[in-house]
Amino acid sequence: MSHLAKDMTPEVTWREITPGCNIFEAATSTVVETGDWRSMKPVIDWDKCKQCLLCAPVCPDMSIPVGADGKRGEFDYFFCKGCGICANACPFDAITMVKDEK
Amino acid sequence: MGIRERLSGNEAIAFAMKQINPDVMGAFPITPSTEIPQYFSTYVDNGEVDTEFIAVESEHSAMSTCIGAQAAGARSISATSSCGLIYMAEMLYVAASDRLPITLAVSCRALSGPININNDHSDIMSVRDAGWIMLYAETNQEAYDNYLQAMRIGEAVQLPIMICQDGFITSHAIENIELVETDQVKAFVGEYKPEHYLLKKDEPMAVGAYATPVYYIEAKRQQAQAMMDAKDVIKQVAAEFAEMTGRSYGLIEEFMMEDADEAVVIIGSSAGTAKEAVRQLRAQGKKVGLIKIRSIRPFPAEEIAQALKNVKSFAVMDKADSFNGHCGPMGAEVAAAMYANKVTEPKMINYIYGLGGRDVRVESIQHVFAELEKITASGETGETYRYLEVRE
Amino acid sequence: MAYNLKENLMKEDRLAGGHRMCAGCGSPIAVRTILRALNPEDKAVVCSATSCLEVSTFMYPYTAWKDSFIHNAFENAGATMSGVETAYKALKKRGKIDDTYKFIAFGGDGGTYDIGFQSLSGAMERGHDMVYVCYDNEAYMNTGIQRSSSTPHFADTTTTPAGTVIPGKLQQKKNLTKIMVAHGVPYVAQTTFVGNFKDISEKAHKAIYTPGAAFLNVMAPCPRGWRYPSEQLMEVTKKAVETCVWPLYEVIEGKYQLSYTPKNKLPVEEYLKMQGRFAHMFKPGNEWMIEQVQQEVDRNWEELQKLCSL
Repeated sequence: MSHLAKDMTPEVTWREITPGCNIFEAATSTVVETGDWRSMKPVIDWDKCKQCLLCAPVCPDMSIPVGADGKRGEFDYFFCKGCGICANACPFDAITMVKDEK
Repeated sequence: MGIRERLSGNEAIAFAMKQINPDVMGAFPITPSTEIPQYFSTYVDNGEVDTEFIAVESEHSAMSTCIGAQAAGARSISATSSCGLIYMAEMLYVAASDRLPITLAVSCRALSGPININNDHSDIMSVRDAGWIMLYAETNQEAYDNYLQAMRIGEAVQLPIMICQDGFITSHAIENIELVETDQVKAFVGEYKPEHYLLKKDEPMAVGAYATPVYYIEAKRQQAQAMMDAKDVIKQVAAEFAEMTGRSYGLIEEFMMEDADEAVVIIGSSAGTAKEAVRQLRAQGKKVGLIKIRSIRPFPAEEIAQALKNVKSFAVMDKADSFNGHCGPMGAEVAAAMYANKVTEPKMINYIYGLGGRDVRVESIQHVFAELEKITASGETGETYRYLEVRE
Repeated sequence: MAYNLKENLMKEDRLAGGHRMCAGCGSPIAVRTILRALNPEDKAVVCSATSCLEVSTFMYPYTAWKDSFIHNAFENAGATMSGVETAYKALKKRGKIDDTYKFIAFGGDGGTYDIGFQSLSGAMERGHDMVYVCYDNEAYMNTGIQRSSSTPHFADTTTTPAGTVIPGKLQQKKNLTKIMVAHGVPYVAQTTFVGNFKDISEKAHKAIYTPGAAFLNVMAPCPRGWRYPSEQLMEVTKKAVETCVWPLYEVIEGKYQLSYTPKNKLPVEEYLKMQGRFAHMFKPGNEWMIEQVQQEVDRNWEELQKLCSL
């Protein structure tokens, strides 16, 4: 019997549900798109970004990835909820919050 | 060969724990189970076991540590009584829901108030729906034997298990007992090998989910199945235990029930007293018998109904009240068992007895049989919700 | 090793996206920062008290945790983690596991200062090798912003509403950090999010790698409960530090040490005025409330400075 989180759909039966509602994997939340909560969206101006990285640790949603080169990448809009902390934390005004048109 | 000894019920439980040498014990003292963690911490401090003992600051934390430890992959135990048991009640539900086969020894005692340190069953009856398997012992020997069987049962169905005995009456009284050799105990109980646990290599695990209405009832239905499945497991483990020791146990014990017209249904040490009453009445030619419930959870509904189907009247003896205005907890469950199994002929009454350590004598039970005899003769039960030997 | 923001951020986050904490919540920032303080080769078991954090990070079947995780109840993260840590000792001793694990429990202020206080106290006193982290957002936010013993003086909450007769919470905030110091544990620290996160990251690393019990109190603002625009989180924490409402310090083996002394200690208004929960204090006639809070902050700050000079 599968004990994989992906199989614990809303149709899962009592015989198949994982015992105790326990999950035997890491980070199964990554399929949950919290980006659709967003009304404002951060946009980065790469010309202004100095890669100081002060925006990255303040993100509550792990949406500012820092790569192996030690540089931040594009926002992860799948998770970003648009709180705007990063925009305020940026000393160079490189991040602007704009209305998120979906 | 067994070892002949003389031990109190608490000491017998502690000795079984020592023989098993579990991974973790979290416990807090409360009369009358205090001796169990006392004995056990002595074993720990003298190196007779290598269990990690956590002297917690409350029973709530005792069960919380057991939940953490068992979820982490450790065989975990505790012991408690009375207010301690219901202080951990919230955690008892979590332990069962998380499907953690923790073993808890309970030396049963009345609940406050008024505060009282003596035996009745109000503590365990108040947590009977927490999802734990519950076995109840009549004697010190049974307490020991049940404890040796507990982990096999709980671990097989992934449910926690309580091993109950009467506080003071068996927990503190010294009786002859036959112990099993430690190597045999270890072989019988075996190693704890959970499929999933927090510390499992390369498999992170998450325990204690928030389940929305989409999932909650499926989880509960699965948990209910584990309790149903426990009935067969209890019987299988008892059969293996009987092979090893010659002492056999069922979900219930029937005593002189073959041709009985009147019967009592009873739990714990009072069953011993009641058996003596039955013997004496049998000697007088009266067709009386007794059913002792060993497994309170899972509740042996079918077995009890079958055992009672040919009696004319019976009394369910409750050492706790439900304060529902019409019966005690076992009274309600036995009545439900009879109806569900279509056994509706026998007349039933329910006695609340022995609360807060009130002595139960052979004559007390003989009085119950005398009342049953009247009911059989008249066909009238009269008041079904009765208090035994309360001063009027 | 000296702290370096870039190197810190190149470590993998151990909390995953897809959790359902509110936009701008301080709690996941605390969690991911503290978990990044683990040495990457070390495993961890994380515990959370029932809280916003717990219901948002493990709504079945979605766990946001990369490490093993256990939630038990509201009031017993301390005891639950005591059990896990003890199991680790037992299984390690018996040769059943060989990995190195660290144990980190998280609770909100409700689960830490209040209902979980006894369980926490027991765990600290027994000295389990674990870190207990309070993400302190100064009220019961999960149930809708009710006061806790951590709620500051005069704050407007749903059980201490700023009314016409009673002006918000009548009691001062409990000083839990000092109570934890009184347990005699080897490491206690108070921190929050400032600048490049050096303060919180270093304290988290010390807490995790100090043998025995450690306690971290992290101010983790809640934009909903404190009523400030979510993007201002770093401004709010900065003002908390610069006004000495939330001083940064650590206590190592009983020795107090200030982590930061503001060059110009700002008046408390600078902090209070950012937040709707204190708005009633700025109404004409209520100046006394601000004065009183200023006196309380000054007294606490002086006491702390004295302790740090010992």
